[in-house]
Amino acid sequence: MLSLDAIAPVIDLDAMRAKLSEGGCKSSACGSSAKPDDMDPAVWERIKDHPCYSEEAHHYFARMHVAVAPACNIQCNYCNRKYDCANESRPGVVSEKLTPDQALRKVIAVANEVPQLSVLGIAGPGDACYDWKRTKATFEAVSAEIPDVKLCISTNGLALPDHVDELAAMNVDHVTITINMVDPEIGAKIYPWIFYQHRRWTGVEASRILHERQMQGLEMLTARGILTKINSVMIPGVNDDHLVEVNRWVKERGAFLHNVMPLISEAEHGTHFGLTGQRGPTAMELKALQDRLDGGAKLMRHCRQCRADAVGLLGEDRGQEFTLDQLPEVVSYDPAKREAYREVVARERGDHVAAKSVADAAVRAAVTGGSMLVAVATKGGGRVNEHFGHAREFQVYEASPKGIVFVGHRKVDQYCMGGFGEDATLTGVIAALEGVDVVLCAKIGDCPKDDLAAAGIRASDDHAHDYIETAILALVAETFGAALEPMTA
Amino acid sequence: MAFQIVSSQCTACGACEFECPSGAIKFKGETYIIDAKKCTECEGAFDTQQCAQVCPVPKTCIPLKH
Repeated sequence: MLSLDAIAPVIDLDAMRAKLSEGGCKSSACGSSAKPDDMDPAVWERIKDHPCYSEEAHHYFARMHVAVAPACNIQCNYCNRKYDCANESRPGVVSEKLTPDQALRKVIAVANEVPQLSVLGIAGPGDACYDWKRTKATFEAVSAEIPDVKLCISTNGLALPDHVDELAAMNVDHVTITINMVDPEIGAKIYPWIFYQHRRWTGVEASRILHERQMQGLEMLTARGILTKINSVMIPGVNDDHLVEVNRWVKERGAFLHNVMPLISEAEHGTHFGLTGQRGPTAMELKALQDRLDGGAKLMRHCRQCRADAVGLLGEDRGQEFTLDQLPEVVSYDPAKREAYREVVARERGDHVAAKSVADAAVRAAVTGGSMLVAVATKGGGRVNEHFGHAREFQVYEASPKGIVFVGHRKVDQYCMGGFGEDATLTGVIAALEGVDVVLCAKIGDCPKDDLAAAGIRASDDHAHDYIETAILALVAETFGAALEPMTA
Repeated sequence: MAFQIVSSQCTACGACEFECPSGAIKFKGETYIIDAKKCTECEGAFDTQQCAQVCPVPKTCIPLKH
């Protein structure tokens, strides 16, 4: 069996080719296109290597952000511009700001070392469209060196309409707009001020301008065929119900994906919401809202709310390996590793999609009611391949009459530190797994397994290294018997 | 008259630099500074001081004290 797990850490080209030649796929679909059944081929071609736009791609491809655009034209109540911490993982946080020249050096160094790299984003800590000169200089320099890296930006939308034509000209075909409201009265609770046309606007007036610019920007992107993802921050009691309305508006205007993210508001982050005690939603509240939105604009559920300088697969951050002081003074791009990795992935991926579609159809056919939530420890490649104690997050899937659907992830503190499990951490892990029925991992000790069982969560390492969906099908079968009796909630 | 930046509070985002109509703001060391000789307080260009309007940290871009 060809395991991507075995290949990903290998960055020696010959070794990678040798692994590939070992070959051996489990299904006849090996090597075929990995396109999911429900996707337009033209759209699939544009998102298939983008970890943020394709849930399927996020198992295989990595993104990096360069923090070249620190200036912002909006104040948000969930953002504190003074905050910076290497251990924090959340948007807006960055360890060092880069000039466009430094960013180019970093992108080349990462492209040489991280073969999974497919996407370069500029996502803050400021606004990429407002701090436009630096965004543009960076994109132009990078695409001259590495033409096949996909470029994307994240923006609050206020300055977006001014730059849509330039974005299109630079082949930026993925844009994320953060839209938290369509009702300026609600916006006034989220945005204390905006800077627009050389002055500061406050209150409902500020949010009205922002709303109009966001809708205009989205419509302009759609008209030019640029794929647009909408990010919304779910703020309980402020805009949670309202996001149903936001979803409707953005879908009507052609948004490709809607990503509802939980508010992060610890007091120590020093944000307005953090200091005023505004809480974020629980994992189950977030899921309930996402379920309500299902059927509107397609939902993204695999977002990790990564740092503005994150590097690597979603769910991992290798940013600290590529700080300026660790970069070579002179770098030159070597495409060999990225090309070899793509060959391997093209093959593995066809196999995975085939296995996934078999498992999904079997669950769909067999399960007539109820659902089962399964948390999976994985380090990529779409497989159950991480030890319980080493997991920094669990990917959560739901098996129901709709088949096997990815519903989100739960971040946890690593339970196992240097071989010893910490009981206090395990309590935190169990709390983070609220609502989950079964945990799948590559390995788990008896002790944590018993503690999970006492909390009503079954843990199993019987399906180690299987594809996630294949493992879940096996779980459904063993739980409900060969006849696959209907599940109960 | 001129404005000044309280360097201990400056996040070095640089928004003030590109909003300044007189080219009075430059990055120096770890912060942005305003050249008092060049600063016009935006008189004749805008109704309000652009640096103070765009600065994300309260009370960080303020009138120069003598």
